[in-house]
Amino acid sequence: MAASLVEVHIRINGSSTTTEVEPRQLLVQHLREDHHLRGTHVGCDTSNCGACTVLLDGKAVKSCTVLAVQADGREVETVESLAAPDGTLNQLQEGFRFEHGLQCGFCTPGMLMACTSLLANNPDPSELEIRQSLEGNLCRCTGYEMIVRSVRWAAEHRAGREGEK
Amino acid sequence: MIPSKFDYLRVESAAEAIAALTQHGSEAKLLAGGHSLLPLMKLRLANPEVLIDMGHIDDLRYIRDAGHQVAVGALTTLDDLTSAHLLKTAAPLLATAAATVGDPQVRTCGTIGGTLVHGDPAGDLPAVAIAMRADLVIEGPSGSRVVSADDFFLGFLETAVAADELLTEIRFPKMDGVGWSFQKFNRRAQDYAIVGVALVSGGGQCGVGLVNMASRPLRSEAVESAVRGGASYEDASEVAADGTEPSQDLNASADYRRHLARVLVGRALVEAASRKH
Repeated sequence: MAASLVEVHIRINGSSTTTEVEPRQLLVQHLREDHHLRGTHVGCDTSNCGACTVLLDGKAVKSCTVLAVQADGREVETVESLAAPDGTLNQLQEGFRFEHGLQCGFCTPGMLMACTSLLANNPDPSELEIRQSLEGNLCRCTGYEMIVRSVRWAAEHRAGREGEK
Repeated sequence: MIPSKFDYLRVESAAEAIAALTQHGSEAKLLAGGHSLLPLMKLRLANPEVLIDMGHIDDLRYIRDAGHQVAVGALTTLDDLTSAHLLKTAAPLLATAAATVGDPQVRTCGTIGGTLVHGDPAGDLPAVAIAMRADLVIEGPSGSRVVSADDFFLGFLETAVAADELLTEIRFPKMDGVGWSFQKFNRRAQDYAIVGVALVSGGGQCGVGLVNMASRPLRSEAVESAVRGGASYEDASEVAADGTEPSQDLNASADYRRHLARVLVGRALVEAASRKH
């Protein structure tokens, strides 16, 4: 059976895109292969590990378990959206650097996007809230301790915090 | 892995979904949040020739006050259930259980209708529907019908929804003042329950749904009648494995699951009593 191609319009990291895709194409493949955004990793490919986490309309999803056609008309943000165009890291990335929140780095794009979703809703999360929001992200190197500290670092150093005091 | 090839159809309403199902019959599958169906398709355990995407039917995504019930649209996400203000008072068991399903990313996508129609005995929300004696609204070519939770879950991954029908709404009786508890035993946060218990108790009523204690989501009639008969928590929890047929797997033997059911029902009864007001 020859399934026909479907045209999808997805806003990716602030840019409008129009692409013809096979309906069975996964969002993670769409990002990596059609748009060459290879920061989003394929880890387990079974919606467990969270390495493929991206934001879909601002909420964290596992892009290995979303079809590209499901993202049609919606907004996707990947890890490539975090740093400034000149490469300056954002506060969360700076936290991962400062607190050594990674070793091999494979899970990091997913960790960063899951934490971006957390901090957008809860700018000052407790350790428990950080751990709960990372239930869907596996790291096989750090034991999570450094990742939790990285997120706390980002919360404590977030822009405008000084103004609150 | 990548799913087998399929034809993709996007529908904008329940009526369009039913028309598409009528046309394509058992070759078609409905796609809601996709977090039960897509993993099966990626493993090629499900190979629908036509995939009918309901993701854009916004009018099946709601949580409404409906008098003595709360009406929940089938495409309401688990994340919506977790954060809904109305549920915190009217159906806290539903909100609490929804917050334990999978992980945050799964709850962003997964829908209440999808998890109920999947009919997985290891699912959390089927047990909640049973404990709360929810009514399920099913629409098909000849109109709509209402089915009780007891008549909905028929067997392993099998529900009362026919191939040309669609679950559109779930109606939960309000829990005002009734004690409740959700107990989920698993080894890692994002895992399915090895055994789980959803329980409401108080005001002369008792509802107990068991997770993973049979080939389908199961009501514990033994515990319910013990509680209604005034049994102590110890005596009521002692019969929690009666009438069950738990499976065995790498996580637990059948005997261990029976043990867990007794322990978790005991904990649920104590917690529910502490919440009655």
